[in-house]
Amino acid sequence: MFFSDRATQVWHLLLDSFWPLLKAGIVFTIPLTLITFILGLILGFFTAIARLSKFKALAAIARFYVWIFRGTPLLVQLFILYYGLPSIGILLNPFLAAVIGFSLNVGAYASEIIRAAIQSIDRGQWEAAYAIGMTKRQAMWRIIMPQAVRVAIPPLGNSFIALVKDTSLAATITVGDLFRKAQEIAAERYEPFWLYIEAAFIYLIFCSVLNVMQAQMEKRVDRHVAK
Amino acid sequence: MIAIHDLHKAFKGHEVLKGIDLTVKKGETVVIIGPSGSGKTTFLRCINLLEFPDSGSIQIGDRALTFQPGIRHRSKEVTAFRQRTGMVFQGYNLFPHRTALENVMEGQIVVLKRPKEEAREIAMDLLRKVGLEAHADKYPHQLSGGQEQRVGIARAMAMNPDVILFDEPTSALDPELVGEVLKVMKDLANEGMTMIVVTHEMRFAREVADRVIFMDDGRIVEQGTPEDIFDCAQNQRTRQFLRRLTEA
Repeated sequence: MFFSDRATQVWHLLLDSFWPLLKAGIVFTIPLTLITFILGLILGFFTAIARLSKFKALAAIARFYVWIFRGTPLLVQLFILYYGLPSIGILLNPFLAAVIGFSLNVGAYASEIIRAAIQSIDRGQWEAAYAIGMTKRQAMWRIIMPQAVRVAIPPLGNSFIALVKDTSLAATITVGDLFRKAQEIAAERYEPFWLYIEAAFIYLIFCSVLNVMQAQMEKRVDRHVAK
Repeated sequence: MIAIHDLHKAFKGHEVLKGIDLTVKKGETVVIIGPSGSGKTTFLRCINLLEFPDSGSIQIGDRALTFQPGIRHRSKEVTAFRQRTGMVFQGYNLFPHRTALENVMEGQIVVLKRPKEEAREIAMDLLRKVGLEAHADKYPHQLSGGQEQRVGIARAMAMNPDVILFDEPTSALDPELVGEVLKVMKDLANEGMTMIVVTHEMRFAREVADRVIFMDDGRIVEQGTPEDIFDCAQNQRTRQFLRRLTEA
């Protein structure tokens, strides 16, 4: 008797909170993930180019940036942006602080992936492009990048899926994302166990969908290359 | 047509080219032979500026470049110069994300700015010429080494270069595939293409070359007609090199 009462209670709890959690995921977690990943990719791409540049100063700046953001915890970076900056007069709203923090972090990691991918392409490909009279820029865009993208997609896919989960850290700087919502409802209803399980379940759904998308993308770009 | 004067090149203090002089007439096929480490490949790569000579000068057609330590040429000059030369690589270096046809079209479209349809027709003609018409839509990994190298030759020809440089074009091939590549090269030579070929294929050198050059230790040691070199070489080192080849 007790068991079935309790089970019904939990079931209703899960049902009641599912939509608010999913909504927080759709309104905050997913946009935050997509925006920061795109910004991070752009940043990472230019950082990679800068690191490979023959201009030493540019390469040094890029290396410094990567060093800082890979060498410090993401959580600390977010706290500096949201709780630290106001003391020197810079007030950011939570979502903007999260976008900046995650983008800079993703950019640092993505730049290393992109740099490694570019460098993994055989030197003979550059030479073949130069030999038919291409400029460095033409060789990069027409010959090297299309091949580097294929190399970079699996590790970038991993970064993307890691990012989906890392966005839960945004809850600590008061962004009303999926995890923040779960914390709120858990506090209201005194049901942390079931709420966090439910939150984990929704993250799992998001990541599973992404896994499938990633696999399809890899298949697409792998079409023309020998295994 | 091609005039190279006093070319020097060192890598990290080690002098690989110690003053090379060479003139090549239009339509001539020059074969360079010599032991490994003699500087043959470096010399070839200097002609299309994949390596920058330390000093000396190169003239191809009406374009001339002079080299001095510390002086870099503008990239516009470099790419313009490279367009006058075609290169066929030992490892083929086809673009793996492009079909055979697209490999031959790529430079025409990007560098020569030919309209796509025109580039396609020219590429198709060249593939027909190297016997790969039927494989136009295949990707490099679907081709044999010999087929890949023939696409590489078509890709070089598509740019209408003044000269095609061959860097050991058959060295990476299985023995049974060497013949088909050499045949294409022979046809090219007979059509009057100017060619500089670094190779270990002595039969090709003997049959096709107008002139054979023996390089050793960064210098041209001896040159002459294939008969001069193969049958009555004057220089001791040339004779030694050729003897070692026939003994092997």
